[in-house]
Amino acid sequence: MTRINGEPINLVISGVGGQGNILLSRLIGRSLLKKGYLVSIGETLGVAQRGGAVMSNIRISEKMPFGPLTPEGKAHLIVSLEPLETLRMLSRYGNPEVTTLTNFRPTLTVDVLTRKDKYPDYAALKQAIDTLSGTAFFLDATAMALKLGNPIITNVIMMGALIGLDMIPLTREDIEAEIKASFSADRAELNLTALAHGIDAIAAGT
Amino acid sequence: MSTIAGTTTGTREMMMGNEAIARGALEAGVQFVTGYPGTPSSEIVETVARSARETGVYVEWSINEKVAAEVAAAASFAGLRTLTAMKTAGFNVALDFLAHLGYSGLGKHGGSMVVVVCDDPEGHSSGDEADSRWFAQTEGAPLLEPDSPQEAKEMTTWAFELSEQFNCYVMVRSYTRLSLASGPVTLGRIPEIGKKAQFDTSQETISPYMPKPSHVRQHQRLASIRPLFERSRFNWYQGPEKPELLIICSGIGTRYSLEAVGALGLEKSVGILKLGTLWPFPTKLVAEHLARTRRVLMVEEVDPFLESHAKILAFDSPAVSKDLKIYGKDSGHIPAEGELNPSIVMKGLAELFGLDYTIREADYERKISTAVDKLLINRGVAWCPGCPHRASFWAVKQAIRKDGRDGFPTGDIGCYTLDVYPSGSQQIKALHAMGSGVGLASGFGKLAQFGLEQPVVAICGDSTFFHASIPGLINAVRNRANMVLVLLDNSATAMTGFQPHPGTETDILGEAAPVISTEAICRSIGCHVEVSDPFDIKGTTAKLLRLMKEDGTKVMIMRRICELVRMKEERTFPFKVWIDAEKCRGEKCSFCTRFFKCPALPWDRETGKAVIDEATCVGCGVCVEICPPGAIFREVTA
Repeated sequence: MTRINGEPINLVISGVGGQGNILLSRLIGRSLLKKGYLVSIGETLGVAQRGGAVMSNIRISEKMPFGPLTPEGKAHLIVSLEPLETLRMLSRYGNPEVTTLTNFRPTLTVDVLTRKDKYPDYAALKQAIDTLSGTAFFLDATAMALKLGNPIITNVIMMGALIGLDMIPLTREDIEAEIKASFSADRAELNLTALAHGIDAIAAGT
Repeated sequence: MSTIAGTTTGTREMMMGNEAIARGALEAGVQFVTGYPGTPSSEIVETVARSARETGVYVEWSINEKVAAEVAAAASFAGLRTLTAMKTAGFNVALDFLAHLGYSGLGKHGGSMVVVVCDDPEGHSSGDEADSRWFAQTEGAPLLEPDSPQEAKEMTTWAFELSEQFNCYVMVRSYTRLSLASGPVTLGRIPEIGKKAQFDTSQETISPYMPKPSHVRQHQRLASIRPLFERSRFNWYQGPEKPELLIICSGIGTRYSLEAVGALGLEKSVGILKLGTLWPFPTKLVAEHLARTRRVLMVEEVDPFLESHAKILAFDSPAVSKDLKIYGKDSGHIPAEGELNPSIVMKGLAELFGLDYTIREADYERKISTAVDKLLINRGVAWCPGCPHRASFWAVKQAIRKDGRDGFPTGDIGCYTLDVYPSGSQQIKALHAMGSGVGLASGFGKLAQFGLEQPVVAICGDSTFFHASIPGLINAVRNRANMVLVLLDNSATAMTGFQPHPGTETDILGEAAPVISTEAICRSIGCHVEVSDPFDIKGTTAKLLRLMKEDGTKVMIMRRICELVRMKEERTFPFKVWIDAEKCRGEKCSFCTRFFKCPALPWDRETGKAVIDEATCVGCGVCVEICPPGAIFREVTA
């Protein structure tokens, strides 16, 4: 993919509370700042972290610190840890050019458990995301994480996929350095493995 | 990882607004910091605490916000630089003291005191979206509102200087999209802390009495601050000499206004007057700008605070055009409720200029609408897998049902508040402020003489119990109210980030601290107290049922550590849990999924049978107890 030409670049990361989207926004924010970008991040904390729909707005500028929320319809790239949440973000920030990257591993809502709501048909959901995106990428990062023995690294696999797309001004080396600086040695190693799997998944043509 | 105090001067770091406020305090030489946790304010105190060992700053989580303000004020009376931080709901608690402190000032040799209040526009994590700025006016406190993490740091540092210079506390108003947002912050120097505490006993009593002369002094103080605010660098103007339209904004409204003007290409027609010093209102500065235009749009979160003052000022200013129109919340160009975003400002601005503002092409918009209507469902919040509250409320429900008198719980503020959501057991029938559950139950418990036969169960958490529930409980005992207090003790202030409280073994620095026993308090005031592990659902239900049938004020402590805290400490799964698909009755039963509602216990769409979600199950094993056909099994892990 080509680098996004935007001022600012609007990246949205979404998911379900507890999936770890905040770690991703922090790693990205710190790495970009080191490269001289002015980054603003707006995100959901507090009660929504208890299983609710969460999102981080990351706004990347070379000129000024923007406000932490993206205008409606103005996302360049949506990375989502859950497919329903991709659709939710598309409804708010989507446009015909937007690229989406989705961990296609549905997390049922509690209203679905109680039969109050119906989780959308998976194929229909995928189709809708595809239709509403300029380009849509799907992978099952949760399955990859379980295979690696730890579902907690799903988010970092998605980070790898994001880096693999090469759409924001960050390289693999930038994020690797940030991971090494942010974690203890053993946790860094696990996260670097996760990152590599995400990058490889994109390279293999997800 | 290095702490916030360990970073190098002059470097630029990504910081949350709350971290920037903490850093600003450290750069002002803050010595003493207090607060009570509450989203979106908690990280201010926590950030200072993380560096407390290297900086020597005293930090405490106080029992509630009023005490936090009092503790901080005492340190300022003794000459120290102090800060207290709280969310708006807690600010209401602190106001009882702060209202009087606004009159009295900080004493003869006072240091400085900064009060940071974090509003929650949209009420993301609150029961209200109240605008605290009005209270600065009521209490006579100077008020600053930053627009970014960088400015939050600089303003906080300046707030200490102001406080020291004018001998009063200074209020810094933050809000969710600053406190919890992150942005670049350039770091300054952290000074050595030198000042010793000393209280001057020769001075007059520090007190608002007599109120009238104190009020006069307060007004004089504000009058002497105003000229400083008129020329503060935190207020600035950008735009043409005589703008066709003037935006007056503060806080996050500034960032969105800058973006909106740029996006609509209105740089040559629209001027932006950004205000950072809000009270005392910089009247001269604003009047000058009002005189140069005929149309004004006010952009602020949440209430029309600046808008009201701008309108009053326009009425009083002879140089202002008679045709001047001030638009904003009153005119409906900016919504009167909820948080701002750039699109809101773009829409309001476009309307005033008669411009077309469409977010997306009609064709794409139609596709979005179709997908949303057909596929998008709400994702409500829920208790985590393994959360003790799910089991506790299950027991409460069983006990109320078995009691058979149509009993009901009153609720309180914490993770257990989630009971009112569809993901909870939806039993709580009244829910307000910290401690209100007990106060309400104390009232319901006195209604027998008027014919009320329903038993009432108040539910509160451990941190909430210490914060505000004790007076209500004493009130109930003293007035012989019939009620049960169910105290959900998960050994943390869980909702706001697992902070310690007077019942936990360590303090904010992780050091051993005296533990105050909830049982001992309840027993000492005369309550019959029972303690139970909520994961023993049957035993807990039976105990609660017995208490509900007794006369008087009783307490049932349901004790089990927050699952997120336990998992972080132990990193173990107590049980391996599985479902026997043969025994599961699937859709015909679906009792576990419909009523127990654990996110880690969904069901298979093809077979209709319950399944364990291996990615989220923490192995608490409680679901084994509630499965009617006994199809769920658990085995202790090695």
